[in-house]
Amino acid sequence: MNYKERYDGRKVDELRPIEAKVGVIPRATGSALFKIGKTHALAAVYGPRELYPQFLQDPQKGILRCNYNMLAFSGAGERVRPGPSRRSREISFVMEKALLPVIDMEAFPSTVIDVFVELVQTDAGTRCAGITAAAMALADAGIPMKDLISAVAVGRMGGNIVLDVTKEEEDYEGGMADIPVAMSTRTGEVTLLQDDGDLTKEELMKALHLAKKGCEQIKKVQIQALKNRYKGE
Amino acid sequence: MTTLLVEDKTIVVPGEELAEGMEYLPGSDVIRDGDKLISTKVGMVSIQNHLVKIIPLAGKYMPKKNDIVLGKVVSMGFSGWRVDIDWAFEANLALRDASSDFIEKTADLAQYYDYEDWIVCQITSVSASGKLIDLSMKGPGLRKLGPGRMIHVTPSKVPRIIGKLGSMISMIKEATGTKISVGQNGLVWISGEDPQKELLAVHAVKKIETESHISGLTDRIKAFLEGAAQ
Repeated sequence: MNYKERYDGRKVDELRPIEAKVGVIPRATGSALFKIGKTHALAAVYGPRELYPQFLQDPQKGILRCNYNMLAFSGAGERVRPGPSRRSREISFVMEKALLPVIDMEAFPSTVIDVFVELVQTDAGTRCAGITAAAMALADAGIPMKDLISAVAVGRMGGNIVLDVTKEEEDYEGGMADIPVAMSTRTGEVTLLQDDGDLTKEELMKALHLAKKGCEQIKKVQIQALKNRYKGE
Repeated sequence: MTTLLVEDKTIVVPGEELAEGMEYLPGSDVIRDGDKLISTKVGMVSIQNHLVKIIPLAGKYMPKKNDIVLGKVVSMGFSGWRVDIDWAFEANLALRDASSDFIEKTADLAQYYDYEDWIVCQITSVSASGKLIDLSMKGPGLRKLGPGRMIHVTPSKVPRIIGKLGSMISMIKEATGTKISVGQNGLVWISGEDPQKELLAVHAVKKIETESHISGLTDRIKAFLEGAAQ
């Protein structure tokens, strides 16, 4: 069985419709909303602020603390159990690792920068949408960064490599691999690479190239959203 | 070969390339990566001769020596006060810097500055880590603030609120008949006899904050204040 035509009629290298907005939460130091298809991620950054308990403080650099959360009503109908879970802890952790390489944490010793990512509505690719939103929120919070991080999930559907998989595609039964990728497109540095499924070396390389193409498109939207906040009139 | 990739006063985002070649030098919030200059913050490019720097448009206040800031007294000890200046760490106001009067060792410190009191103070020193901050109340204009409204603006917009030699702020003060104190940390205290006019001053300050990067600001604020007066 081969997956030729995508469920939603997109081309294999086509992203879902994207929308981004910066500065959506006035009380936060920085915030952003990122929508890709039916996946909507909301990110808020607070800080740098003093870190407690005190023994966690690092006098040489600040720490980044991410929190990923899917809202109870965000799934496809079945209720997502609220509160921390093994999955959300893992995603919080990988998000932190995906964002850290571009952030200059030495500028804020002994402090913490809190990043909260809430998934309001989900249709696969949530960690990627979360990272993309968090990168914009961090920039909006005035945290010094070497580059913005953009993220997208690529997948192997049967024998095809496709960009930006949906939940429907993730559940495809004819052989599926889901590969979330986050990268700094300026340097080409990959900051997140996970894989769920079988993949040959060639397929992985092809997937990475496709992810880079997707990330470049997403980055354009991120830049535009940040600039729109300060556009005149 | 050196080329400038952006114009002066354009708005850039982190990771944007500003210049290529070794002739330009990185200023504040700009880093050099190979032979390129890269922006690290959302802000406005400022090019002075060969120095390229970013004037940030967003972000938290970073304490700097000699800054005049507004702060709230949050704690009191035997030898001074702890003051919240809207930064990650509380600042210290020592007894000897707290007043030009002599303060008895046994005196009740609350009679000078009590909890929840707002003060206009000056930063006298900041440690390299930004964790230890000393304040002083000795200087012109440094005082305890009375009743009024406290609003928060982005710290990078403070110079625009004050204006050239205080032109903007005195324009608002005159038009609304209010007393205004602006701290470098983005806290603004507004107090007036007439609550309606006090509110107008708040709106004027907020308007400056949201529109400060668009040219013709002074005229627009003037028109706004005049329009409200009628």
